[in-house]
Amino acid sequence: MNPYANVTQLRSGLDNGDFSAEELSHFYLDRIDAEEDLNCFITVDAEGVLEAAKRADKAIADKRIGPLTGIPIAHKDIFCTRGLLTSCASRMLNNFVAPYDATVVERLKRAGAITIGKTNMDEFAMGSSNETSFYGPVKNPWDRECVPGGSSGGSAAAVAAGLAAACTGSDTGGSIRQPASFCGVTGLKPTYGRVSRYGMIAFASSLDQGGPLARSASDAGTLLNAMEGYDPNDSTSAIADATDIFSSSRALKIGIPSQYWNDLSPSLTKVLEEARRALESLGHRAVSVELPHTNAATAVYYVIAGAEASTNLSRYDGIRYGHRTASPENLEDLYQFSRSEGFGSEVKRRILTGTYALSVGYYDAYYLKAQQIRRLIRQDFLDAFGEVDVILTPVSPSTAFKREALIEDPISMYQQDIYTTPASLAGLPALSLPCGVSDQMPVGMQFIGPHFGESSLLTLGREYQSETDWHALHPADNHD
Amino acid sequence: MDQQTIDKLLSLSRLSLLPDDREKLLRDLSSIVGLVDFMRSIDTEGVEPLAHPLEVTQRLRPDEPDTSFDQEHYQAIAPQIRDGLYLVPRVVE
Repeated sequence: MNPYANVTQLRSGLDNGDFSAEELSHFYLDRIDAEEDLNCFITVDAEGVLEAAKRADKAIADKRIGPLTGIPIAHKDIFCTRGLLTSCASRMLNNFVAPYDATVVERLKRAGAITIGKTNMDEFAMGSSNETSFYGPVKNPWDRECVPGGSSGGSAAAVAAGLAAACTGSDTGGSIRQPASFCGVTGLKPTYGRVSRYGMIAFASSLDQGGPLARSASDAGTLLNAMEGYDPNDSTSAIADATDIFSSSRALKIGIPSQYWNDLSPSLTKVLEEARRALESLGHRAVSVELPHTNAATAVYYVIAGAEASTNLSRYDGIRYGHRTASPENLEDLYQFSRSEGFGSEVKRRILTGTYALSVGYYDAYYLKAQQIRRLIRQDFLDAFGEVDVILTPVSPSTAFKREALIEDPISMYQQDIYTTPASLAGLPALSLPCGVSDQMPVGMQFIGPHFGESSLLTLGREYQSETDWHALHPADNHD
Repeated sequence: MDQQTIDKLLSLSRLSLLPDDREKLLRDLSSIVGLVDFMRSIDTEGVEPLAHPLEVTQRLRPDEPDTSFDQEHYQAIAPQIRDGLYLVPRVVE
């Protein structure tokens, strides 16, 4: 069996009887076991996936086949899974067995997918290197000294290492796209509101969006199709007319924003330029666009995300669920010690930053100011999409960096998100896909589209991937 | 940013820190404030704040009874309960 088979190949293998869902699950379980050193998983549900696989095999025999029937996937440990530990990689939720399924989990189940486990991540999705997890860092399968990116680092590394067919992730400021880029896989952050947030543990509610990490734009589209759609349980879920996942190919105008390209290192510029030329040779036209407020995005993002996080994380009080300190003397102690013991240092730093931005005397200067610039950033994109169909940018200023290189320096770590936070602030869909290698590490490019314009991004991605092989490289190639 | 501000933020957030961590936090928060101070250079005169990326209004569901939650199922994950009540240290003497 090929660990790097995509969803289409697995679908036909299962339907043709080349292998059963049970055999496929055993295959991935063995691989997960053999690759324990990568630390991609917080929970492996061997019993659950094998039971579900037996049901899937029965469904396939009965010709009751959904798009993902019998295909093992893993969920980022931010999605609630009924009866399974849902820790958000925090000591705070180290004992939290979710009482219900997130909408994303339920919908993927309905499409036939079977859950093999829960992937490691930065604590409460706060981090760009997967080093803030209570369960220890994830290693990058391309170079085990390096980080896989974050916060959906376990999901990206699991897909890259062939431990699951695809994974879910969540993206607040780049948490699907940057790890996808660092691990050489394809990741999609959908338009804000396209995928329900119900049962996805909240970090920054005006930014959080679930999405797929997969082997190709085609697979990402298949997963999006199963995950998306209006959900009455999420009041920010968008009621949009059903939009297609793919569209027919046409010549696109691709915007190249100088603000994203000018400061890029020579080695990454070379790879990105090559990708631009490949897109042009497919018949698309690259033109310059301006996104003048780009350099304010990191500051705006850290104020808004911090403010929303400090509010969202106030629910962890040691009373209804989660970590509770032993023998508190009074109610104040119960709150303070449960929270101080339960949260790690990056989470505390963000809560305190957010509390500062929201506190009396600073609210106007920070929170309100950030919301004003957020509108300017969004307007930049709306203006640009008056002229172009898609915007092409790098995903990250570097390839995967070494563990511990940035963890002591929050500012340098935050600046990793410089190319991903603007689309998040504007609520736009963005696709991260492999477009080359630099020093034997994968490099990603990002397509940003207008609201609900996923079909242009996925279609362009599929077209690019039908002409190039970067998405089909895998870490084993590094050892050949 | 000074120790007094840190004290206030810790108290508002119901968090506490070890002495060594306080020093590091003061340094980190000072540099984060330095980073976000960049926003001052942007002219936002007359710009309406943006709270939601799609600018839609919050919907309300119809005011009709929906599925009830099973109390026992949801309280099974609580650290301490008795007779369906969450237990906390004594608040009223």
